[in-house]
Amino acid sequence: MTRLFQSNDQTLRRMCYLTIKEMANISEDVIIVTSSLTKDMTGKEDVYRGPAIRALCRITDTTMLQAIERYMKQAIVDKVPSVSSSALVSSLHMVRMSYDVVKRWVNEAQEAASSDNIMVQYHALGLLYHLRKNDRLAVSKMLNKFTKSGLKSPFAYCMLIRIASRLLEETEGGHDSPLFDFIESCLRNKHEMVVYEAASAIVHMPNCTARELAPAVSVLQLFCSSPKAALRYAAVRTLNKVAMKHPSAVTACNLDLENLITDSNRSIATLAITTLLKTGSESSVDRLMKQISSFVSEISDEFKVVVVQAISALCQKYPRKHSVMMNFLSNMLRDDGGFEYKRAIVDCIISIIEENPESKETGLAHLCEFIEDCEHTVLATKILHLLGREGPRTPSPSKYIRFIFNRVVLESEAVRAAAVSALAKFGAQNDDLLPSVLVLMQRCMMDSDDEVRDRATFYMNVLQQKQKALNAAYIFNGLSVSVPGLEKSLHQYTLEPSEKPFDMKTVPLATTTVSEQKTELAPVASSKLPEKLAPSRQDIYQEQLAAIPEFQGLGPLFKSSEPVQLTEAETEYVVRCIKHTFASHMVFQFDCTNTLNDQLLQKVVVQMEPSEAYEIVQYVPAASLPYSQPGSCYSLVRLPEDDPTAVSCTFSCTMKYLVRDCDPNTGEPDDDGYDDEYVLEDLEVTVADHIQKVLKPNFAAAWEEVGDEFEKEETFALASVRTLEEAVNNIVSFLGMQPCERSDKVPENKNSHILFLAGVFRGGHDVLVRSRLALADGVTMQVTVRSGEETAVDVILASVG
Amino acid sequence: MDFMALEPSLYTVKAVLILDNDGNRLLSKYYDTELYPSIKEQKNFEKSVFNKSHKADNEIAFLEGLTIVYKSSVDLFFYVVGSAQENELMLMMVLNCLFDTLSQILRKNVEKRYLLDNLDGVYLVVDEIIDGGIILESDPQQVIQKVNYRTVSEPAYGFVLFDYITGNTEGQGDKSQNV
Repeated sequence: MTRLFQSNDQTLRRMCYLTIKEMANISEDVIIVTSSLTKDMTGKEDVYRGPAIRALCRITDTTMLQAIERYMKQAIVDKVPSVSSSALVSSLHMVRMSYDVVKRWVNEAQEAASSDNIMVQYHALGLLYHLRKNDRLAVSKMLNKFTKSGLKSPFAYCMLIRIASRLLEETEGGHDSPLFDFIESCLRNKHEMVVYEAASAIVHMPNCTARELAPAVSVLQLFCSSPKAALRYAAVRTLNKVAMKHPSAVTACNLDLENLITDSNRSIATLAITTLLKTGSESSVDRLMKQISSFVSEISDEFKVVVVQAISALCQKYPRKHSVMMNFLSNMLRDDGGFEYKRAIVDCIISIIEENPESKETGLAHLCEFIEDCEHTVLATKILHLLGREGPRTPSPSKYIRFIFNRVVLESEAVRAAAVSALAKFGAQNDDLLPSVLVLMQRCMMDSDDEVRDRATFYMNVLQQKQKALNAAYIFNGLSVSVPGLEKSLHQYTLEPSEKPFDMKTVPLATTTVSEQKTELAPVASSKLPEKLAPSRQDIYQEQLAAIPEFQGLGPLFKSSEPVQLTEAETEYVVRCIKHTFASHMVFQFDCTNTLNDQLLQKVVVQMEPSEAYEIVQYVPAASLPYSQPGSCYSLVRLPEDDPTAVSCTFSCTMKYLVRDCDPNTGEPDDDGYDDEYVLEDLEVTVADHIQKVLKPNFAAAWEEVGDEFEKEETFALASVRTLEEAVNNIVSFLGMQPCERSDKVPENKNSHILFLAGVFRGGHDVLVRSRLALADGVTMQVTVRSGEETAVDVILASVG
Repeated sequence: MDFMALEPSLYTVKAVLILDNDGNRLLSKYYDTELYPSIKEQKNFEKSVFNKSHKADNEIAFLEGLTIVYKSSVDLFFYVVGSAQENELMLMMVLNCLFDTLSQILRKNVEKRYLLDNLDGVYLVVDEIIDGGIILESDPQQVIQKVNYRTVSEPAYGFVLFDYITGNTEGQGDKSQNV
């Protein structure tokens, strides 16, 4: 290798350096080469010095670095720009390796920064910033110096703008800070690169008002009509980001954006379209849709999905335009496209249907047409499910039956099964259609697939009974328990011989997944329907508690609450409490963390003083709490049996423990300790802790099913509440029940509203609440409660009152 | 698209690629080690970039969370890759510098045959423009001066070098070249 260094051919020598750099990772014996490189570095021929420095720095490690430090310092301030640049750039690479050594070269770098060469300036600035990154004061001093002295290099300006905007973000500087003025002055720089960087930085600043954005936006507007595609792309992309936060600021550019729709570069065109969709006004929607439809056929799938998402955002903004948009979307559905694309469109249509009841008929009609010819099973089943839910409530449900039945005859097994379920829902809800549905079901019982046959037979039998209660339980509102929980309970049931039949009430309920009520479209990259069959939080708690011997005989866990903080955030001991409700007991789990590193706590117990008739049965202490390792202690409380309506209670809590001082560094405790206590905040147990939320997709059917045997009704006046929305939110959070049929959304400008709530009370009984609210000088509320058990009804009414 | 501004850094370029008009790689340097660590991933990336760009000769594209500026000439495609928040004009400057330098060195014949003949010079050029992801030089004239490369029609000395290092004793070690 050294012999190659003796060659005089420049190219060969240079190739040597390149090879050294590439082999830097694999070769271990670099001493030989180092001396040759050092000789070259300080030699007379400038052509070799730069690359030699870079190659040397690639193979250097910390020990060698000290040796060549002198040479590096000389190189940084060298007059030849290539040498200086190489030295600076290599120093930057080595910052990662040995920050301390490179830090000593700050002065040299500072000197280099005042050089004339534009690249040297850029590199010196970069190195200085990296060295001083953590010291905000030094960075701002450096910035001040450079902004005043003015630099020649456009790259250096870009770097300065980025540093300035980062500094503004960190210090949350206002818009009258000199840094902001500097960035704005860059908008008038000679180089387009700098101008663009400045505009981009202003746009990204978190608290910009429209007035500050205006100069940046006008600059971007100019770029939109530039002949260079890169500029157009950059401008449109940045305008797109502005449009997300300040659509009004972008409306001035609408004309330029419309010109860009026909741009030959498809990315630019798509970005222009999505920006226009965000900023479009209601009147321009029609025009936009026409333009888009001509353009959509030419772009690729991933762009089409972006456009569909923008359209759905627009639909939410302008609900009155739903017919135009639906037409457009259904046309798009008919064209070719991949699965993601069609799914995005279907989701968009479904969200329009859900948001806007007037659009339901047209939307369902479009979707029916789509499933006639759809090759994606997932989409077909989803649409069939939706039809089953919404179809029976439309004025003329029979027309949907034809579509559904065609699916039963023609498609794959999954689709056939879904179609059978949908048919059953129609039969259950519309009595006049029931005979025809039964006939159709009978034909399905001859199907070749067993899932379809099973479903058909099951639904036939249920429908033939003609009982509303059964319909509700089996057809409308599906399984409300969590599947892993059911599996476990069944398993346990089979293990022990028992004479009682299996009771569904012993299975812990599933917490409702939010996806049923979601109205926004998740971005395509992560749009997986959250079907969690993994054990939920509840199942995890159940296992943890079952492991504690004192809690064995309590029965299944009914509900666990969210954690409640019982201490402030920065105190010595951080305690939070989770309340677990069982059939006739409650277990309070206190997760305690010791934040003092010179103390070790042992035998930690939280003592509770109830205000009502609750009875403390037992404490399970946490054995020891070393520094910052959370531990749990438990308290078992029996619920009062003589007065079932006394469900709420306040406990004053005190943490009692044995504390031993210990050495903060080693964690070794002293031998003796002393008792101490620490007062915590009070803990409230409310009616919400006794009720688990359950979503009933069809509230009316569930209402009928529960029956009015234990129905009670009362009227209350809510004096302190001014709006219906506030009243609704208060009730939902206080009772802890699940709002059904989207009744938690109060339509605007209405003076009355009906709220449906569903839940299950401790002990496994369904509880349903129908509450009529009227707004007239304060809110009056008429509450009707139904349940399978009288206590539940009394409890609810007592707590509301 | 995310809203966080880029951490101010000199590391602006993530990769430089030169592909032929079938999508095969002629030269590719990846400066960001976390980006596509294995050869297989790199090849996949090159394939998708090529598919996206060879149909329409636009200058700029967005793929897999990265901004790519590109240029094509006769039968070659040049790509410069940066992160999505990078200043696109900076990347364009790098691309233009690379292209102009190469066209001067190859005496305006920027095509595959001449490129392969002078591959060592091309490597030197790329090395002079970008070092480890930092833009080293952006003026084509400066780069040409530094590289000082003369096109030769004899076999590239890069091969000679590799032979020597891999221990192929053919006695060529210190033979002086005739230029």
